[in-house]
Amino acid sequence: MRLAQSFALAAALAGLFAGTAVAQQSDADKDWSKVVIGTEGAYPPFNFLDASGELKGFDVDIAKALCAEMKVECTFVTQDWDGMIPALQNGNFDALVASMSITPEREEQIAFTNKYYQTPPAIAVPKDSEITEATDATLSGKAIGAQVSTTHAQAAAALFPSADVRQYPTAEEYKLDIENGRLDAVMDDVVVLDEWLKSDAGACCKLLSTLTADPAIYGKGVGVGLRKGDDKLKTMLDDAIVAIRENGTYDKIQKTYFDFDVYGKEPAAQ
Amino acid sequence: MSGNNPALAAPAAPREKLKPAGFVAIGLWIAVAAAFAFYFVRAFDVTLIERFGWSYLHGLWVTVSLVGVSFVLGAIVSLPVALGRMASNPIAQGLAFAFVYFFRGTPLIAQIFLFYYGFGQFRGFFETIGLWWFFREAWYCGLFSLALNTAAYQAEILRGAIESVPKGQWEGGRSLGLSRQVIFFKVVMPQAMIVALRPYANEIILMIKASAIVAIITVYDLFGETRQAYSRTYDFQTYVWAALLYLALVEALRHATNWAERRLTRHLKR
Amino acid sequence: MNESLTLLGFGSTGWGDDLATGVVVTVTLSLATLPIGLGLGFLLSLAKQSEDRLLKLSADIFTTIFRGLPELLTLFLVYFGVNAALKSLSTATGLPDIALSSFVSGMVALGVVFAAFSSEVFLSAFRAIPHGQREGGMALGLGRAKVMVLVILPQLIKIALPGLGNLWMNLLKDTALVSVIGLADILRQAQVAARVSREPFLFFGTAIALYLVLTILSSIAIGGIDRWTKRGEVAK
Repeated sequence: MRLAQSFALAAALAGLFAGTAVAQQSDADKDWSKVVIGTEGAYPPFNFLDASGELKGFDVDIAKALCAEMKVECTFVTQDWDGMIPALQNGNFDALVASMSITPEREEQIAFTNKYYQTPPAIAVPKDSEITEATDATLSGKAIGAQVSTTHAQAAAALFPSADVRQYPTAEEYKLDIENGRLDAVMDDVVVLDEWLKSDAGACCKLLSTLTADPAIYGKGVGVGLRKGDDKLKTMLDDAIVAIRENGTYDKIQKTYFDFDVYGKEPAAQ
Repeated sequence: MSGNNPALAAPAAPREKLKPAGFVAIGLWIAVAAAFAFYFVRAFDVTLIERFGWSYLHGLWVTVSLVGVSFVLGAIVSLPVALGRMASNPIAQGLAFAFVYFFRGTPLIAQIFLFYYGFGQFRGFFETIGLWWFFREAWYCGLFSLALNTAAYQAEILRGAIESVPKGQWEGGRSLGLSRQVIFFKVVMPQAMIVALRPYANEIILMIKASAIVAIITVYDLFGETRQAYSRTYDFQTYVWAALLYLALVEALRHATNWAERRLTRHLKR
Repeated sequence: MNESLTLLGFGSTGWGDDLATGVVVTVTLSLATLPIGLGLGFLLSLAKQSEDRLLKLSADIFTTIFRGLPELLTLFLVYFGVNAALKSLSTATGLPDIALSSFVSGMVALGVVFAAFSSEVFLSAFRAIPHGQREGGMALGLGRAKVMVLVILPQLIKIALPGLGNLWMNLLKDTALVSVIGLADILRQAQVAARVSREPFLFFGTAIALYLVLTILSSIAIGGIDRWTKRGEVAK
């Protein structure tokens, strides 16, 4: 009798829990006057924290410019890279501006705006390294560092199956480890590696080569990540990206960081 | 139990009164189990097992071997520490106390970071003393931290167990003309070990749980493999699998301990 | 040495202020988790003594699960799993989104772990109190609640205090795990500082020193409470 009651209660609760997992919300009735933006804060020069604990970087400046363009009040939160997509899905923030590439694997989980930049991957090695080219044979058995669950980690494993690919929580940790001599090579975005190699910390190492991005892994460049169903916000952001490209804000921001155009090729007409 | 005798029950609480707490509580658990079952049936994906099954088993093996080796190493280190704690020499006592306090008073995760990233800064020093090969590898750094950490806990277990053996055992041994060493190893230790069995088993369980931290310094233990799988699929069942494996491991150990304790204390039962 | 002092200093060039806020976050999280862990643990210990088999079984399942899972995994299960469940719940019912922050996730996860362990401490403390105490209270005409509050609890706290003190230390140390899901506690601030300054040894060493200070302060406080609960015995 009592057990029967338990089961009834259980069934009701379980139904409540499980029956709803895939329902998708539309943002049609949201006004989006306030948007919470998630970023990582450990990926210079795109997003990082300076010594006073303030968020800086290309991603951050672009996000601020987009918010100004959309006349939206934005607040920033930081989130570790490997929890980025769940945190977006769970509503910890509304838009993900963290140098995330638009890949097919990620598009199954979340939506993306059009790209706001696209740069190729590259490999760096210590200056005294015997490795002269990036092939599976030369990197066989070598320890390659990359950031966990990035396109670069995935590409490293695909391109160099006989290497030992180690995945670090942030880009800064693999840099520390190649500076210490724990790694034989590291793989990341060419801009990220370049920035580091120019700094004092990167004096240990040199760029080995820039690789061609495999679209199957790297997708269509870097976009702003959004929850599926937030179509209104997507349209607002896509329009804002076009607007800041056209009114010169984008160029002004990128000139403070880079001496070349990080936007890459114009996307093919759809 | 007195509960079977209605005469002893307080008259204010008649037996017929409905007690909802029990079935609400068990109902909640049944709900959770049902929700999980429902979730699993819907989300279960054979391709995930094909993709990650072997990595999980490999991760389980890394966890078990890491805990096993560091437990044994910790046991060896704990012996001098425990003796230092019981020594009359104030220097030995102070050193042993500081060792135990340091490792028990600070988080293991901070210790691991200190030994992995902190020691990496002193590559030159470790190369001169010929230990860099050891501190270069994340696995050895994890082993080092876990072994010293458990040594501090084991030293206290050992001390407590030895001190629990009555003084009369020492005196009895001496009156039989046995040397201190023989008394310690043949008379005191076997009795102390029976007392220490349960605390030691608890320590292994705590280590299995704590060892999950090494995933953060690129060791692919069970938790590390789980994070990998999750970051590729964003499928929550990857974490549920890990939870089930950890629970199975811990419960198996607990039951084995209960069994061993019953066997070892047979002679003490009256 | 001077360089280290600058790095640890306050102001825009140093990380001293960040580490200080980290200490505040660590202590706040521990203090916020404690009542959850104690309250839930106490209720669980009552359930474990209950004559109601279902209630007892429920409490045992709780303990088995949260004592057996790695704390880090419990944290991830709450941060990712409970959040996902809440999200689908709010989507289904049309209620506003509630997302647990890393602080609240930490509170929940460490709270249930604390409860699983403290319920065992409370349980053995209950067993150490002679039956006669309860019966004596009843004989004086006190109600069940009054017997609990006036007779049983004061003795219970005294007996359970050493065990609870240990659990508090574990809690304080376990808060460091919450840094992995993004809470800006001592360890995370040290991590950020170590990355930017390339001085991991200095900053992780400082973090460890800060934890040591917290545990030493805790032992002093627990010692004080212990003496206070035993103040009745001193008169003997």
